[in-house]
Amino acid sequence: MDKIFELWPYLSLTPLLGITLTLGCYIIADGLYKKCNQFAILNPVLISVILISTALWLTKTDYLVYFEGAKYIHFLLGPATVALAVPLYKNIHHVKAALIPIFLTVILGGVFAITSGVGIAALLGASQETILSLAPKSVTAPVAMGLSKIIGGTPSLTAVLVILSGIVGAVLGSFALNLVRIKDPKARGLAIGIASHGIGTAHKLSLNETAGAFAGLGMGLNALATAIILPMLYSLYQYFT
Amino acid sequence: MLIFFFVICFLQLIGEAIVYMTEIPIPGPVIGMILLLVSLIIKKGVPESFNTAANGLLRYLALLFVPAGVGVTLHFHLISKEWFAISASVVFATLLTIVFSALLMKFMVKSDG
Repeated sequence: MDKIFELWPYLSLTPLLGITLTLGCYIIADGLYKKCNQFAILNPVLISVILISTALWLTKTDYLVYFEGAKYIHFLLGPATVALAVPLYKNIHHVKAALIPIFLTVILGGVFAITSGVGIAALLGASQETILSLAPKSVTAPVAMGLSKIIGGTPSLTAVLVILSGIVGAVLGSFALNLVRIKDPKARGLAIGIASHGIGTAHKLSLNETAGAFAGLGMGLNALATAIILPMLYSLYQYFT
Repeated sequence: MLIFFFVICFLQLIGEAIVYMTEIPIPGPVIGMILLLVSLIIKKGVPESFNTAANGLLRYLALLFVPAGVGVTLHFHLISKEWFAISASVVFATLLTIVFSALLMKFMVKSDG
């Protein structure tokens, strides 16, 4: 009978625990998201993070014990980031439609995303760690996390901020665009892709194919632009302080 | 399928090697992504097997950042202390960026033609 008390410590040592918990929670969260008509606030990553965190807290399991298994899932982020080149390539013919406007919008929009995020947080007295973690929040999570690590932010905090920015874009993005009376699907899609990397916007944008393609383009190009610009802005900032 | 996984791992490996040798501050996977994009542009097309494998992997892209996201629990103190600055930055910076980018694009496309 003693064995039953040793079971949990024993299972905690195998990577299986972290992997099973991650997959299980994600399946539940994804099911909920689809059942609720892909309502952006019920983002599956956000719900999974909440479910897993609660489970770890209830069982008093250390994050590092969980990550011992979850790291096998985490590892795939790198190759998946490389694979993002495929959808980017498939959307790239749209660039020919307006080469210079698209590139300028992505570069200036990317810089604006970084500086406005950092600026607002700094004005409101956020700490250096928070500010650096916020800087890459407009680009897709795998790239943002790598950038966060490079400039001295906290990648896990960045991951959550990226998801929250995606939700803001999905819930309020169309509303903001209607407010300034922008109807062109190219401009609408590109802007949402640049600022909120298309998380959760896919569903809404699928109503308009052009907007969807431009959102994908905005997301992919801004991931590249920010990966090059953010470290440069950071060294500039370090140089002046 | 297998070839695609080999290619993306190999390109990331090259990316990491370039980052290590040149100390360029860009994530290794992003270099890998640029290399793959350039190869596809040169090749002028995506092989069907690549397409299937990439779609399969990217369908679950969101799942892949769950483990890192859970790491946010390690920073609970920081977030509860600075929640106001964080939420204001996330909400307003995102919306301002959307409006700024869309106006810019609209202005340039108009002045183009």
